[in-house]
Amino acid sequence: MAIITCKQAAFAYDGITVIDGLNFEVNNGDYLCIVGENGSGKSTLMKGILGLMRPKSGEITMNEGLLSTQIGYLPQQNSAQKNFPASVTEVVLSGRLNSRGILPFYSKADRKIAHDNMEKLGILPLRKKSFRELSGGQQQRVLLGRALCATKNALLLDEPAAGLDPLVTRELYGTIKSLSADMGITIIMISHDIQAAVEYASHILHLKNKQLFFGTTEDYTQTKTGKLFLGAAEENDVIN
Amino acid sequence: MLSISEIFEIFGHTFMMRAMVVGLLVSLCAALLGVNLVLKRYAMIGTGLSHVGFAVMAIAGIIDVAPLTLSLPVVMVTAFILLRLNDSNKINGDSAVALISTSGIAVGVIVVALTTGINLHICNVMFGSIFAMTQADMYFSVVLSIVVIGLFVLFYKQLFAVTYDENFAKATGVKVEIYKSLLAILTAVTVVLGMRMMGALLIASLTLFPALSAMRICKRFLSVVIAAAIIGVVCFFIGMMFSVALDIPPGATVVGVNLIVFMVFSGISLVIRGGTK
Repeated sequence: MAIITCKQAAFAYDGITVIDGLNFEVNNGDYLCIVGENGSGKSTLMKGILGLMRPKSGEITMNEGLLSTQIGYLPQQNSAQKNFPASVTEVVLSGRLNSRGILPFYSKADRKIAHDNMEKLGILPLRKKSFRELSGGQQQRVLLGRALCATKNALLLDEPAAGLDPLVTRELYGTIKSLSADMGITIIMISHDIQAAVEYASHILHLKNKQLFFGTTEDYTQTKTGKLFLGAAEENDVIN
Repeated sequence: MLSISEIFEIFGHTFMMRAMVVGLLVSLCAALLGVNLVLKRYAMIGTGLSHVGFAVMAIAGIIDVAPLTLSLPVVMVTAFILLRLNDSNKINGDSAVALISTSGIAVGVIVVALTTGINLHICNVMFGSIFAMTQADMYFSVVLSIVVIGLFVLFYKQLFAVTYDENFAKATGVKVEIYKSLLAILTAVTVVLGMRMMGALLIASLTLFPALSAMRICKRFLSVVIAAAIIGVVCFFIGMMFSVALDIPPGATVVGVNLIVFMVFSGISLVIRGGTK
């Protein structure tokens, strides 16, 4: 069942089109990686999916089962957060806000969900620690925990591995994969890491201000675009 | 310097009781909101509001309107404008806030110079006149302070979410603009109430110092909020004692005590961090 459908959608900033010709759908339980170079429109599309930006033309529709209050989002961290005094529990619990709504404080049920998600992600021992004292990988897990508190259905992740070392990156990707496999959560991830995208994702959406490719990962690796991009990434690895 | 018994005698007077009740409540409001303002990088908004408040108070004194009835709506509207300016990327947000803030002072001074000249009323507006509070003023201030504290507690988790990560909150369907406006309105009310006692030039420090001091030693948001509230209230109380004992202006004395606390806490935090590394 399609939970997000994009039909001939285009997005623009101040009248300048950043990306157009978007045609894809995300089904329940998919693991979609959105790849492409810097400035190819990945983050713009993410804003469109989150409902923070309206398409200039075409349409992007959410299935009724997926309201914006049911999406979990892992944004890129901003510099202000790095020194923010907040405990791990406070951060994770804040993901419950969208379901708690206007009611004051958090309920016992909210706290239980936060607790369970921290346990699932292996950050329960850190729960009383201050967010700013954690390592980069731990911080991403905490933010992932918050995102999980906000959803049962779909997670949107914006370059979750940015700035992490390779080992921590693999652990994080492993965790995300298991969320997808064990809990059936739909994953939509922006990634620079094409190798990992091909390894973990079920579907690939390749952007370069238009849609270069959308389909299953298997098909992607057979296309010219995919081979080129994968090849280029490998070359880069050799150079690095 | 007065003796302890003389200080207590002064604290028994009605004008002093009123000053203490309103002062403690406003200090509490300012300290609570200050945590969000500092962390959301809205610190300058408090300053901007108080300086605009100065202009309004100067005008109110001349056209003979009760200062609170005129300044409350004007400062609230200003709070909305400052919030938009601070968030906008198109013009330099912080410069715009500074511009409005200094313009407020300039307008106030011009109005004063053209009419009454610098007199006691203007000095009181700038540096506070906590003892000149009527009973009606007191009731008004108490009710508004309790409303501010109540709303802060009721919307604590929303204010946290918007302060901590606006993008996440927005993306998950939280009405971010409403809560940012709430923060601005509560700040406007607190600044207007606090101007009476601290003066237009000093009220902003009541929002900043307790939060900054608390952040030196606390690691969790809730503990920062609680510590800031305690610091704000205690510093006000100690400041008032010194003010009476040494016969110096209360506003400046309270800020002075806050400054000392901030320096002590900064020292403690340096020692703690030095010890762990």
